[in-house]
Amino acid sequence: MVEEIGKTVEGDLIINVGPQHPATHGVLHLVLTLNGETIKKVEPHLGYIHRSIEKMCESLSYRQFIYSTSRMDYLSAHINNHACALCVEKGLGIEVPARAQVIRVLMDELTRIASHELWWGAMAMDLGAFTPFFHAFRERETINDIMEETCGARLTMNYNVPGGVMADLHPNFQERVKNFLKLYKLKIHEYDELVTGNIIFQNRMKGVGYLSKEDAISYGVTGPAARGSGVSSDIRKLYPYEIYKQLEFDEILETEGDSFARYMVRLREMNESIKIIEQLIDNIPDGDFQAKTKAVLKLPKGEFYQRVETARGELGVYIVSEGGTTPYRIKFRSPGFSNLSALDHMARGGKIGDLVATMGTLDLVIPDIDR
Amino acid sequence: MFSLESITTIVQNWLTKTFSPNLALFFEFVIVGVLAIALFAALGLVLVLMERKVAAWIQIRLGPNRVGPKGILQSLADTVKLIMKEGLTPDGSDKFLFNLAPFIVMMVAMLALAPIGFSKGFHIWDINIGVLYVSAISSVSVIGILMAGWASNNKYSLLGAMRSGAQMVSYELSVGLCILSIIVLTGSLSLNDIVLSQQNGWWLFKGHIPAIISFVIFIIAVTAETNRAPFDLSEAESELTAGFHTEYSGMKFALFFLAEYINIFIVCAIGATLFLGGWMPFHLGTWEGFNHIMDYIPSFIWFFGKTFFLIFVIMWFRWTFPRLRVDQLLNLEWKYLLPISMVNLVIMTLVAIQGWHF
Amino acid sequence: MIELIIWKTDYTYMSKEEIKTAISELLPTAVFDETGEWLNVQIEAGEWKDAALKLRSLAGLSFNFLFCLTCVDWKTHFTMVYHLRATASLDDIVVKVKLDREKPEIATVSDIWRTAELLEREVYDLFGVIFLEHPDLRRLLLTDDWVGYPLRKDYEDPINMIKL
Repeated sequence: MVEEIGKTVEGDLIINVGPQHPATHGVLHLVLTLNGETIKKVEPHLGYIHRSIEKMCESLSYRQFIYSTSRMDYLSAHINNHACALCVEKGLGIEVPARAQVIRVLMDELTRIASHELWWGAMAMDLGAFTPFFHAFRERETINDIMEETCGARLTMNYNVPGGVMADLHPNFQERVKNFLKLYKLKIHEYDELVTGNIIFQNRMKGVGYLSKEDAISYGVTGPAARGSGVSSDIRKLYPYEIYKQLEFDEILETEGDSFARYMVRLREMNESIKIIEQLIDNIPDGDFQAKTKAVLKLPKGEFYQRVETARGELGVYIVSEGGTTPYRIKFRSPGFSNLSALDHMARGGKIGDLVATMGTLDLVIPDIDR
Repeated sequence: MFSLESITTIVQNWLTKTFSPNLALFFEFVIVGVLAIALFAALGLVLVLMERKVAAWIQIRLGPNRVGPKGILQSLADTVKLIMKEGLTPDGSDKFLFNLAPFIVMMVAMLALAPIGFSKGFHIWDINIGVLYVSAISSVSVIGILMAGWASNNKYSLLGAMRSGAQMVSYELSVGLCILSIIVLTGSLSLNDIVLSQQNGWWLFKGHIPAIISFVIFIIAVTAETNRAPFDLSEAESELTAGFHTEYSGMKFALFFLAEYINIFIVCAIGATLFLGGWMPFHLGTWEGFNHIMDYIPSFIWFFGKTFFLIFVIMWFRWTFPRLRVDQLLNLEWKYLLPISMVNLVIMTLVAIQGWHF
Repeated sequence: MIELIIWKTDYTYMSKEEIKTAISELLPTAVFDETGEWLNVQIEAGEWKDAALKLRSLAGLSFNFLFCLTCVDWKTHFTMVYHLRATASLDDIVVKVKLDREKPEIATVSDIWRTAELLEREVYDLFGVIFLEHPDLRRLLLTDDWVGYPLRKDYEDPINMIKL
């Protein structure tokens, strides 16, 4: 039986999961080869939401292209924009004012919490529990409201510009974030009571979708998925950008490498983000929210690479500049794409239910994969 | 005191007086049939609305609140919509079996209704092997589901149907053994006798710990047998989109949907009858005054109250628990529930022989 | 109030020189370029597979994490760009391989870094670079019957307008 896994033989059941399927959360198309309920092979078919953002960016200016990246990983849109802004700033050598740095990091962490909240609800829904989704949205809505007030949008914020942020914080910002922190601390124990401690949930997750440390590195898995396998991969710690160097927070590591470890990493990461917000919310320095930049940005000839830690892992922005007003070539190293490549390895030999659990803990966002 | 028994007696007397015995019997059939269908329709509407309201309550939202006052007409509007919809039959399906399957599932649900005593002296058919009849009939519904899954010519449906088949066949054993442990105490298979034997207290309380154990196992097993979450593997929308009824639409889908709710009602009614005394009021030993007050509450309110309480518990499960995996589901039955309920049955027999129960 | 410092660009934990010495012993034919943020290593297309194996198994500085794989169309030639990281010491290098534009062929590294399997398929899809001995070289994002390679600079598609 085991040696057959990976090969397709006559009589195997081949199932199309997606492009429209409740568990893929988007237009991901997986072709499963099954022996009864046991998965022999998972083959991803991508491109249903491919917009060729990389090609589009080649004809957009350095100010414009940032906004198209909101549409990649729409759940951590702010962090995507942040990466692009940082990359352009690196090319131009702009010094970002302290206030803008703090605002950016605050927004990053709020986005990360919002993204993890959504993941938590969707993960539980994949496993058949509907209620957590609504409980997660209760907290997530408050974050979205904060975003709406300051950035003017709830999901695709477009708040970062090269040199800082687009506008100053809303006067209510600090108060509302503090209210959110209060609400979060009041409700976070429900997450453990409702889902984490549930015996059915633990049975579904423990030992499922195992990914060893070596495989995680070889498959290029990053973010919470890699940290569940014991790979230290938090860019905020390894290659600190902005003010992360001065902040106190832990990189969450689990060594089991199964779905439950990845689940716990994400859940505990939210608490770390809360820690960061608590350190910053009363310490927002005065000053400019944006550095003075030229109207038309021209990056010098060369190559610039900037990576940040999004909610899903390492996002890299690789800009090749020829000295013009538009990038010559842009490549986005999206975390979802690499994480997806490990799915086949992780799901083989498991049941269909295991595939859903594994896919849930990888937290795939399809526009991020297809770009 | 208001009682449904008096109404049935009046109707019965009037019919036998007015018509010849055969014609009277025929009219009784018609009345029973109409009432059964009416009950079905009403239960479907009420249970669907109840599910949505319970779900909304658990999920901190409001639930349906636009159609009619407080949304009580929502399920009626849904039914109208489903009737208007086109019932598609996919190409390559076995058309006869595909169209037959929902009706088989529905008929099974209807048949199982016969021996249930809704109120004192108010049941369709007081058959002396009532419990056996219900377990026999309810196991037929797996055929309807397998038929639906096979005839759809869809791999999701097939997987769902196979899961459902394995699941229902296994969990029937536990249900049967739990029912048997009460039969051991009553010594009768008739549901009416079982209710009457709980005159001085419900079996849940009279039967010591073995009765409580078998009640818990019964609730778990019937949740699985009716394919409800956390055992809804045959539908498992995040894995198999909609399982065995993926290809069904319109009224044919509605029949599956309705049958699921009727099945819940039936198993909860059986549970209420066996463990919670059916339509028998709550009596406490020798407190005559208290017992007298309890007797004033009409017996059908007792029956529906207990049944709906159990239905609420099962809905509570659904909106709280994640789903099991298919191998864990079968492990749970064959490695835990079945051995426990077998041992439990032996202990219960000992209790019954020695007369240790109250 | 916490102290804030200005954002820095030098992340590497070993100096470029040290990495350069380590690698130049291994790959004598490689050409180095130190102008960018990281050490750039130029390798001939024919030697790439061999070099990749060596980089992967370099003692003490094993570049075991391929975190970015892409291609740049320079109109006269293609350049394959491999961003590698040694997860033990957190050092990064960039490997560049020049490819002939008429006949872009390079050995696959999907057996060395398994993440490359999908990434190479993406590059094949969008640039038309052929990866020799790739286990499953098919179009990934575009449909199987797509004509042309969209990320090439000479690609024109009048139907799906991409120029703004």
